[in-house]
Amino acid sequence: MTIETDPSPEFAGYAHPERLVSTEWLAAHLGEPGLAVVESDEDVLLYDTGHIPGSVKIDWHTDLNDPVVRDYVSPERFAELLGSKGIARDTTVVIYGDKNNWWAAYALWVFTLFGHEDVRLLDGGRDKWIAEGRELTREVPQPAPVEYPVVERDDTVVRAFKEDVLAHLGNPLIDVRSPEEYSGERTEIPGYPTEGALRAGHIPSAKSVPWAKAAAPDATFKRRAELEEVYLDGAGLKPGDDVIAYCRIGERSSHTWFVLTHLLGFENVKNYDGSWTEWGSAVRVPIVTGSEPGEVPSR
Amino acid sequence: MTELTGTLAEIRDDFQALEQNDRLQLLLEFSDELPELPERYRDHPDLLERVEECQAPVFIFVEVDEAGIVHLYATAPQEAPTTRGFASILVQGLAGLTADEVLAVPDDFPQTLGLAQAVSPLRLRGMSALLGRAKRQVREKLAAA
Repeated sequence: MTIETDPSPEFAGYAHPERLVSTEWLAAHLGEPGLAVVESDEDVLLYDTGHIPGSVKIDWHTDLNDPVVRDYVSPERFAELLGSKGIARDTTVVIYGDKNNWWAAYALWVFTLFGHEDVRLLDGGRDKWIAEGRELTREVPQPAPVEYPVVERDDTVVRAFKEDVLAHLGNPLIDVRSPEEYSGERTEIPGYPTEGALRAGHIPSAKSVPWAKAAAPDATFKRRAELEEVYLDGAGLKPGDDVIAYCRIGERSSHTWFVLTHLLGFENVKNYDGSWTEWGSAVRVPIVTGSEPGEVPSR
Repeated sequence: MTELTGTLAEIRDDFQALEQNDRLQLLLEFSDELPELPERYRDHPDLLERVEECQAPVFIFVEVDEAGIVHLYATAPQEAPTTRGFASILVQGLAGLTADEVLAVPDDFPQTLGLAQAVSPLRLRGMSALLGRAKRQVREKLAAA
């Protein structure tokens, strides 16, 4: 019971336009059977202050991360979570959120780890919906629980671990953090000093492409030609490249992973969710400081 | 550290009496109740101190009046309701306390609210930072008096 995709011409240039919906499309499809709308924000309470009617909340921290081990939730827990939100395996899921969809993209990436097939982002996210004066509500829906199967997470296709990054050195890496974090002037994102690392800098040879270069001022994604300027002309990626993106904990790089995979059509892009909070504290991994990518050390 | 009393203790007891989900709703109520800044600060953001440890931009300012009573003012954007909630708990909980009483508030007060599971320990650190900054400003005001 797949729901029709958004035929908006502005998405037509993307490699996988079916991964995006516009605010107009969502407003017209709200309440349709087989469609679930999920809000995922940085702030755990933002949904509760007002959300798109009928949408449910999934929090990146309390819902998607394991509370003990630094990892994502188990297949059992994920099945329980989605089932409790009224999401079945064949439900079309549209995710939206604050901050240009950082956390929405992160949630979409976690859904991808579990192989949920039809999961899309609302282009422009929460900000655009509000800017257009569309309806918000504080009414929390109580969806009837459904059965979601227990599906093994596949960590081999879109997820990279530290060892994978070490083996990948010499191939394209994209560092999506701020220029100050990249150069090593600071270990944390401006305003987020609680998630630092012991050392500062970047992974050798990584190109600096801050995530926001993919975003337009209205929080939508830039269109394909502009994205190609940034990632192909600017960062030197070539079609067919294997790419790993990283940031600090993997949320901003989920945004870039989405852009490279679904908008530009790269087929082998991984998100390194350990990111700088792991690499910058790991023993004896190579690090480069300064604004140049630097050389891959000989092994 | 002395036993927590007064409004802060009541707020703590209110949170602990609730189920996890309802604790978030109570935090939302606090967030909604964060008072507007008094006019003398509204046009002077430079007078307010930014708390860098919070994920969202939050600014606080402490006054100690002639009777030695502490007044805490705070502002955070509507898009950061958790941070607003933390600030509002402190604004309400510290209201009417003397400087000495504020300094005696246990530093681990945020951890006693039972919010770690609903909000995550990482986010709770922002509230510890707010309390720490407020106390530091109280000490500075006392030293300058």
